[in-house]
Amino acid sequence: MERIPILRMGEFLLVTIQVDMHDRLAMTLQDDLTNKIQQTGASGVLIDISSLEIVDSFIGRMVANISAMSKVLDAETVVVGMQPAVAITLVELGLSLPGVRTALDVEKGMQLLRGALGAHEEEAQYAACEG
Amino acid sequence: MSTKEKSRISDVIKRNEEGLLADWLQEQDSKVRHNIKEVVLREQCAEFLQLLNVAYETGLDIKRSEWDGVRKFLAEISRRRGEAGFSPSETATFVFSLKRPLFTLLRKEFGKDAVLLADETWNATLLLDGLGLYTTEVHQKTREEVIARQQQDMLELSTPVVNLADNILALPLIGTLDSSRTQVVMESLLQKIVESGSTVAIIDITGVPTVDTLVAQHLLKTVTAARLMGADCIISGIRPQIAQTIVHLGVDLGNVITKATLASAFKLALERNNLAIMRTASPVKHKNIEVA
Repeated sequence: MERIPILRMGEFLLVTIQVDMHDRLAMTLQDDLTNKIQQTGASGVLIDISSLEIVDSFIGRMVANISAMSKVLDAETVVVGMQPAVAITLVELGLSLPGVRTALDVEKGMQLLRGALGAHEEEAQYAACEG
Repeated sequence: MSTKEKSRISDVIKRNEEGLLADWLQEQDSKVRHNIKEVVLREQCAEFLQLLNVAYETGLDIKRSEWDGVRKFLAEISRRRGEAGFSPSETATFVFSLKRPLFTLLRKEFGKDAVLLADETWNATLLLDGLGLYTTEVHQKTREEVIARQQQDMLELSTPVVNLADNILALPLIGTLDSSRTQVVMESLLQKIVESGSTVAIIDITGVPTVDTLVAQHLLKTVTAARLMGADCIISGIRPQIAQTIVHLGVDLGNVITKATLASAFKLALERNNLAIMRTASPVKHKNIEVA
């Protein structure tokens, strides 16, 4: 069966979607990714959808769900490289994906993740000091 | 109408072509103040009479293929006059002004037979009215094409996306935002974001005369789409009246960053990119302002 690879890069997981998403593939990705986060204890997930050219409301919702789930598992999620046409479609469908972090490309996404994690660590240290 | 009568009127025209042409030209001269050269007009009229005569022999239904020549010729004339700025009535007068000379001619020829004269006059009226209306139609269509083309031009001209600094884009909007324009604006902005890899886009609405709920919704859509791609949007150039309108209408601009002026939006965008504008101690040779 077709699967979307999930690569580990240090403390981050990198998911690049290079094929057209269909519904079952999205469900499989959801399963795989949540398992992987749990196994590796990754602190950040980067989903690259720059090759994704066709979306429907279901796939849009899956992207939102996947990032929400990662957040529940304490991993920051960034969706990167959304195509203009895809962005317009999602907005027209009424899916503005609130709460999903976005970046233009993988590099900027990585920067964002590192920044977010840095802030977290500071917060944790601060909390520890206070405690 | 029998074949005999049909040929009769075209016969009359054929026999008196010279006189008719002269009368017609005079008629047009008195009716329209046109700036077409006499020679050109004469040529046009002569050609029209000839075409009319040929077509006349085949019947009066101007929609038939035998009238193609006449229709094509008239379309060409109305298009040319439409583009030259003639009014519809001035254009249609080209055909309608033929009525009087033609009727005079018919009266001279068929004056003794009242029934025939009435019939022929009626036929000629029908025909010329049809052709006249046709010129008006083409004239209008030509003007509409011009308007459509201008609208398209305006659409393309009015959505420039400019690069202000590294990773900072600006989109100065001028004029009313409707759905089709928003679509173009959104597409060109998002495309430019991808091309330049910019992280901040400033949408300046100083030139937007009014903001109602629909315009606000369009703006929000654009901002959301840009955010989905990973770029932040700042809306700037909100005039006091517009701020009041937005609040009175109850429009929720949500988490969109808004600034009063383009300058303050630009400052924020620079901060986001860890850039700053500095005043230098001594004049710099090439640039007055250094972005460091």
